[in-house]
Amino acid sequence: MCRLAAITSNDYVSPMEAILALETMKEGHDGSGLGLTMKDLGGEFEKLKQYPILSGVGSKKGIEMLDNYMKRKGFKLIHNWSPSLNPVKGITAREYYFARAYEVPQSCAERKFADCEDLLMQTRLELRALGESDQSLFVYSFYPDVLTIKEVGDPLEVGRFFGLDSGQITSRICLAQGRQNTNYAIYLYACHPFFLQGYCTMTNGENTAFVPIREYLASRGFPGYMGYNSDSEVFAHILHYSVRQLGMPLRYYKDVITPLMKESEINRRSDAQALLYMRQSLRPLCIDGPNCIIGFTPDGTCFMTHDAKKLRPGVVGGVKGKYALMSEECGVDSVIPRRDRSTDIFPMKYDFVTISPRAQEVTVWNQLQG
Amino acid sequence: MEPAAGVTLDNNHKLTPKELQYIIRWNSDRCKRCGRCTAACPVKAIEPTVRVQRMTFSEGPIPKPGAQRRVVHVISQVTDPERACVGCATCTLVCPNDAIEPELNERHKSLHYKNRGGEGYKRGGRRNDPSVSVLDRLKFTRISMLTDPALDAGRHEFRVRSLLGRVLPPEELPIRTLDGKLVVDSPADKFIPPVREIFPIMIGSMSIGALSPPMWEGLAMGVAYLNEVEGLPVVMASGEGGMPPRLLRSRYLKYFIIQIASGYFGWDEIVRALPHMVEDPAAIEIKYGQGAKPGDGGLLMAQKVLKLIAGIRGVPQYVDLASPPTHQTLYSIEESVAKMIQSMSMAWGFRVPVYPKISGTKTARAVLNNLARNPFAAALSIDGEDGGTGAAYNVSMDKMGHPIASNLRECYLDLVKQGKQNELPLIASGGVGKRGNLAANAAALIMLGASVVSVGKYLMQATADCFGDEHNRCNLCNTGKCPRGITTQDPKLYRRLDADRVAMRTVEVFKAAHVELKKIFAPMGRSTELPIGMSDGLSIDDKAMAERLGITYAC
Repeated sequence: MCRLAAITSNDYVSPMEAILALETMKEGHDGSGLGLTMKDLGGEFEKLKQYPILSGVGSKKGIEMLDNYMKRKGFKLIHNWSPSLNPVKGITAREYYFARAYEVPQSCAERKFADCEDLLMQTRLELRALGESDQSLFVYSFYPDVLTIKEVGDPLEVGRFFGLDSGQITSRICLAQGRQNTNYAIYLYACHPFFLQGYCTMTNGENTAFVPIREYLASRGFPGYMGYNSDSEVFAHILHYSVRQLGMPLRYYKDVITPLMKESEINRRSDAQALLYMRQSLRPLCIDGPNCIIGFTPDGTCFMTHDAKKLRPGVVGGVKGKYALMSEECGVDSVIPRRDRSTDIFPMKYDFVTISPRAQEVTVWNQLQG
Repeated sequence: MEPAAGVTLDNNHKLTPKELQYIIRWNSDRCKRCGRCTAACPVKAIEPTVRVQRMTFSEGPIPKPGAQRRVVHVISQVTDPERACVGCATCTLVCPNDAIEPELNERHKSLHYKNRGGEGYKRGGRRNDPSVSVLDRLKFTRISMLTDPALDAGRHEFRVRSLLGRVLPPEELPIRTLDGKLVVDSPADKFIPPVREIFPIMIGSMSIGALSPPMWEGLAMGVAYLNEVEGLPVVMASGEGGMPPRLLRSRYLKYFIIQIASGYFGWDEIVRALPHMVEDPAAIEIKYGQGAKPGDGGLLMAQKVLKLIAGIRGVPQYVDLASPPTHQTLYSIEESVAKMIQSMSMAWGFRVPVYPKISGTKTARAVLNNLARNPFAAALSIDGEDGGTGAAYNVSMDKMGHPIASNLRECYLDLVKQGKQNELPLIASGGVGKRGNLAANAAALIMLGASVVSVGKYLMQATADCFGDEHNRCNLCNTGKCPRGITTQDPKLYRRLDADRVAMRTVEVFKAAHVELKKIFAPMGRSTELPIGMSDGLSIDDKAMAERLGITYAC
């Protein structure tokens, strides 16, 4: 099983906090990999917030390809972060891990941000296409103020391998997932968290409705709905589709993936008619779990929700200014030991927990109350 | 040719029972000569007769064997191909002493003779192919194990429902956000196609006329009970031939799909009832084809057109009712089908889903693509070659048509390519439950891409004990002599059938199918929405089939 550790905070925190939380939940994961996505970056990226950051790893050939491509497209390299690697037993180092901040081409800078987002995504997809066949280049995210790191191995070891305990890289939001893929091949593109145009999720559990959801998303005509090396990638794309493409408020994500089953439940809601239409039109995006989903949106809101039977664990706890969203309570204890544990939230089947940017306020929205 | 010699009997043009598909096994010792079998045989394949037999008797105070020639009564099988035994076993059913039964003769040559009078062999039933169908070879192999817990069919909440009707893509929904909530903009501004939420297995089109009054009524009563008491929204298609006028004017109409076919039979009554309808029907089905007899129209033989049927259909009694192979107005799909869909929609104020039904064919995708572009088309129903019929030429049933599995699959994948897999539901039928696996066949079709599965023949077997099978057993549906009273208009025959019992069995069948569907979906981790197109759940033990269907091969 996977284990999830997310932190949202008013102050910058080290990703090592999330990794140590994963370590406390080690009985629940097999230590086969680590994925980290950080948003609202501190450290050396704090002053580069307006520049998109390309995260990935490549071979020498891949990096040359990347440089040539970015140059050709008019992206100007502003800052390059490469972790100083510490040799760790069991982790085979790849050649170049990178997080590079670029200045966007002039033509893009003059356009609306949404258009610019499309260019960034298109650039990432083209780079992925260039480097995937010979695995010379992997790129995970290309977006302002977001950094992603992925590697196969025990999460704690991977953290040490990248020297994440040095404090060089910090962020206000950090999503960490321990374990690589379950039923699909272990592959960097299959590793959570998944990110698309500011929307990011990581998931615990397998998605039994994966194939129809994948087919539905892939047929939306949106180039970013691709990949799907993991059944969990669709959760990020459903979020993107519901909120960004369809313009729904975030909490309707819950109504999309776990629609209310009974008419009597729907009729309790003031938006019943809209829900009925949605349930029909978005029928292929319904999940049956077992899943716990943790994610964030472009404005820095973090959330946690479950499948309709709550078949995977999840807990939210903390204090104003710092909250942890974890698979298990020991993870919350690791990050925020001093808190009122009686206020910890264990979201149930109808709940959608959101934490406002900078961890100011926690809201539990119950699907039945609408 | 003259007989070889004067009055010598000519046996040369007679058949032996070995030529026939069924041979009567009659046990003289057990038979008490009551005559029930001969009276009950629907085709008069057996008859009482006398024979002179040399028999040995021992009589007297000191019994001493002696030979006598006596006339004895026997049951003899008629070898006239017109009266050949159909294997229904009505004789066995009525025999008090288990003295008689038909036996399948695998080496028969009956088809060689079923063309007397220059007329091709006509029958009811479905394709005579007793082999294991593709639907029965499909296995559910993606079982949730440890990485994802299987659900519990008995305790978890399940919603086994599907949608019948055109579903708008989410981008086109008249929804906007107001104060953080989704609100529906006045629906009057936009056409929102009608959609029915139904149980994913429906009763396929079998007309009143093809079916006897108790059979049709039994199914209809069962459907009403399922909806109103069991809360299972099963719908039933009328078939071509109208519906009882009182039903048209009742609140139960909402559980029925009214079919219009090329003969428009029954539509006088339907149109007359329109202003008096208190409920809309579940849908309107425009029949363009039938899997059992592609390219043929409907056919109700004269012997079944009795007073009741003639009245409902608005025709004289005792005439063959043949619907033309195509609708008279049909010149092109673009024009005529679209117009017909619109006309039907308009008749009910665009409140009723209207969809065409075609027989399985290589050209199904062309039809599909046309419908996909027609905003008023509510679904596409495809009837595969194993579908049943009340009357058709044997050659049509056995040799014409397309299997449903690959036809459905290619249509579904075509919709996926266009991103319209949730917009235009596919209804699949033809061979569902052929071996009794109703829920498994239905679930397999759903995972191949069907939104709804339609079933007919199976229901006759399961609810009214129809004798028919794929060894050409019985299959007398076209003659009006159905020994079970299912497909006849003869009161002497249909009084054998108890409509209440049919209704009860209909309820049992659907309740059991509901449970079995849950037993299939639960271990695969699905419970909320129907796993339409969940092809990763399926495997088959044939590589070529696996490749064609886009699923995995497992052995």
